[in-house]
Amino acid sequence: MNSSVVLNPELATLSRIIVLAALTIYSLSFLVLAWALTKRAGAKKAKDAFANKLELVGISLMTLGVLVHGAGVLTRGIAAQRVPWANMYEFSVTGAFVVTAIYLVALIWRDLKFISTFVSGFVVLIIGCANTLFYVQVDSLMPALQDYWLVIHVSVAILATAFFMIGAALAAALLMKSSKFINNSKLKGVKLIRNVLKVVPKNEKLERQSYQFNIIGFILWTFTLIAGAIWADKAWHRFWGWDTKEVWTFIIWTIYAAYLHATTTRGWDGKRAAWLTLIGFTAILFNFTIVNLYFKGLHAYSGL
Amino acid sequence: MSSPQPSDKYVVRKEYAEPIEAPDLSLKSWLRWIWRQLTSMRIALILLLLLAIAAVPGSLYPQRSADPNGVILYFKNNPDVAPWLDKLQLFDVYSSTWFSSIYLLLFISLIGCVIPRVGVHYKALIAPPPQAPTSLSRLPAYKLVSDKKNKLTKAEKFLKARRFRVIAEGDSIRAEKGYFRETGNILFHTSLIGVLVSVGLGGALSYTGQRVLVEGETFVNNEAGFDSFTPGLLFDSKNLTPLSITLDKFTTTYDYLNPNNYGRPLDFTANVSSKLANQEPTAEVIKVNNPLMLPNSKVYLTGNGFAPVIVLRDADGTVSFSGPVVFLPQDSNLTSLGVIKNPDAQPKQYGMKAFFYPTVAKLKTGALTSAHPEIINPLLTMNVYVGDLGLDNGIASNAFDLQTHGLKQVVGGKSGVKGIQLERGETATLPNGLGTVEFKGIKRFASLDITYNPGELYVLFFSILTFLGLILMLIIPRRRVWVRRTEEGIEIGSLAKSKDESLDKLVREVAKAMKKKD
Repeated sequence: MNSSVVLNPELATLSRIIVLAALTIYSLSFLVLAWALTKRAGAKKAKDAFANKLELVGISLMTLGVLVHGAGVLTRGIAAQRVPWANMYEFSVTGAFVVTAIYLVALIWRDLKFISTFVSGFVVLIIGCANTLFYVQVDSLMPALQDYWLVIHVSVAILATAFFMIGAALAAALLMKSSKFINNSKLKGVKLIRNVLKVVPKNEKLERQSYQFNIIGFILWTFTLIAGAIWADKAWHRFWGWDTKEVWTFIIWTIYAAYLHATTTRGWDGKRAAWLTLIGFTAILFNFTIVNLYFKGLHAYSGL
Repeated sequence: MSSPQPSDKYVVRKEYAEPIEAPDLSLKSWLRWIWRQLTSMRIALILLLLLAIAAVPGSLYPQRSADPNGVILYFKNNPDVAPWLDKLQLFDVYSSTWFSSIYLLLFISLIGCVIPRVGVHYKALIAPPPQAPTSLSRLPAYKLVSDKKNKLTKAEKFLKARRFRVIAEGDSIRAEKGYFRETGNILFHTSLIGVLVSVGLGGALSYTGQRVLVEGETFVNNEAGFDSFTPGLLFDSKNLTPLSITLDKFTTTYDYLNPNNYGRPLDFTANVSSKLANQEPTAEVIKVNNPLMLPNSKVYLTGNGFAPVIVLRDADGTVSFSGPVVFLPQDSNLTSLGVIKNPDAQPKQYGMKAFFYPTVAKLKTGALTSAHPEIINPLLTMNVYVGDLGLDNGIASNAFDLQTHGLKQVVGGKSGVKGIQLERGETATLPNGLGTVEFKGIKRFASLDITYNPGELYVLFFSILTFLGLILMLIIPRRRVWVRRTEEGIEIGSLAKSKDESLDKLVREVAKAMKKKD
């Protein structure tokens, strides 16, 4: 990269508007999907025709949303003349796009419609935060980020996060389904949740599905870690130096390694493994938000 | 949650998941018990979680390895707590006794778990698929088909086409595939040991040194040539490759094209000449993401700034100091702070604390600041202190810090004399007959890191093996299939080593294959 990069702030503004349009569509999708859930909770049978239709509308809206969203991500990249993941705003927006895209593609092979409300809600939350808290003007790359490893290391980290997110959503469903409180409580709100959970598959299936997303996430995360070390050796004169972000990448890796052991250890599979998934994903969110913004370290690329 | 596992052999180290029998209190059995516990999966899991928790404080407290100045600052700001935290090794978490104990235990557990598995796996690799369990119907996937319409040979053919290892004996077939799953598992775990060993040995044999070079200066690769030098435990400085590096030119590029990105750095380039012993010097370029690779050492660009050239003369005109002084950048517009010590001045030693502004601007408060990181309107300001600089007693002192305690301020502050302000090329007279100071010119400097770590390539090699092993062990399903003729019909049963979604599908496919006509 040299001094001749011309940023396009007008296009960046347009990109922001497109992303906001996607946010609106996702919000609609979330509302429709939530409506479908309440319909389902009220219905006697698990397979309520109207609820099914609503669900289809919700998923279609999500698909429309992801197409618009993709255009927003692309225009941001063109406006910046580089990959659109060099600061927190871009990482969140691109990450939310990847989460939705992977989820929708996964729907082709697996019936994961029961977490659709969760996924759309999560995506709305991420884009909302990105737009209000993390937004920065389109900028050029500082010398430390000018390397092809930015393309590899960060994109794989985004992918890993997306897979872990879906794995965590499935683990959350498992924990709710096997929660004694939810299964026995006589509170009205809890009864509603219990009814909603009727459409959620059996625990064994949830466990398997969550495991499948988590192992792909883990492979990608391991790659992120190794690629990060190779880049750190190039840019920071050592492959590992316990920088705060390196520490948290390691912590997350270790938690998921423990999770993998748990899935093959009697007494630790099922609920406990699901808890580990949630702890792991919480660590990922912590790493992305708190560590980025408040911890001192070399990964100071939030742009804020 | 867990379904009964019909094949005992198939569950790894299942015996450890079962209750321990009544204790025999002899030392030997205690040791055996401890070893069994340590190498059990559950302990590995707990140690992993402990390791994750133990790593957290290292991100909360500054670490001597990553942020030594942060530690000094922490001690300054929290003088009461800091020594206690230090006793708990909270500023050296990753080399602390407690962190090391956890990962060493983890690796012992890993070795104890993996080594026996190598033998078991080797036997499985050369042995035929195991005999069917007594009752196939208890397997996770099971189907019973009619004897009349189906042929066992078809099942055999199908399984072989699916790359199963198949043994057909009379009325029964046993088949297994996915041996690479365990191969990958063993590869992953043994490679992790490789990573640990190469990180450890590499670290011990490594060195890292820092050197600040002003344009025109040359650095020679020996211990005295570094500003700071950190050798590993086993590093012998005799092994430093003889070489020299001269900083010919340092260039920065800032963004002037994009209004909302104005003045941000786009590029730092150090043009250097590097020379190995008995060779001609070669011209090289070092950038932030582009270290200079030399035999047994890599040279990185880690920082840069300005070094104003200053000439100090005594009252009689004798030059007592002359040369560039490295100023440390304080902000992104390179407001820089420097210290000049003049022990050779006559009649009295004096020192200066100086600020350099590449493009000077005035804040509303009246204080000066730099408005731009490049030289447009440079200004040097300085305060002067007279007294013993403490350089003659042989104790090493920090070149970037002037201990003003015991010194008398004669320029700036409360001294009554206004601080000196010099533009490039100007000279000022110092009070009390100290002489003159000339701001002769401006040079740039580059901070270089020179490192050597022979373990690096091995770490990379084992990391790649770890990654390959991981993919094999997580993606490849290990499955066993048994087909046998009984009085009721033909039974098909299948068992997987992992949570396997498509086991039922596989059994259905076997059933379908048997039905096909020739």
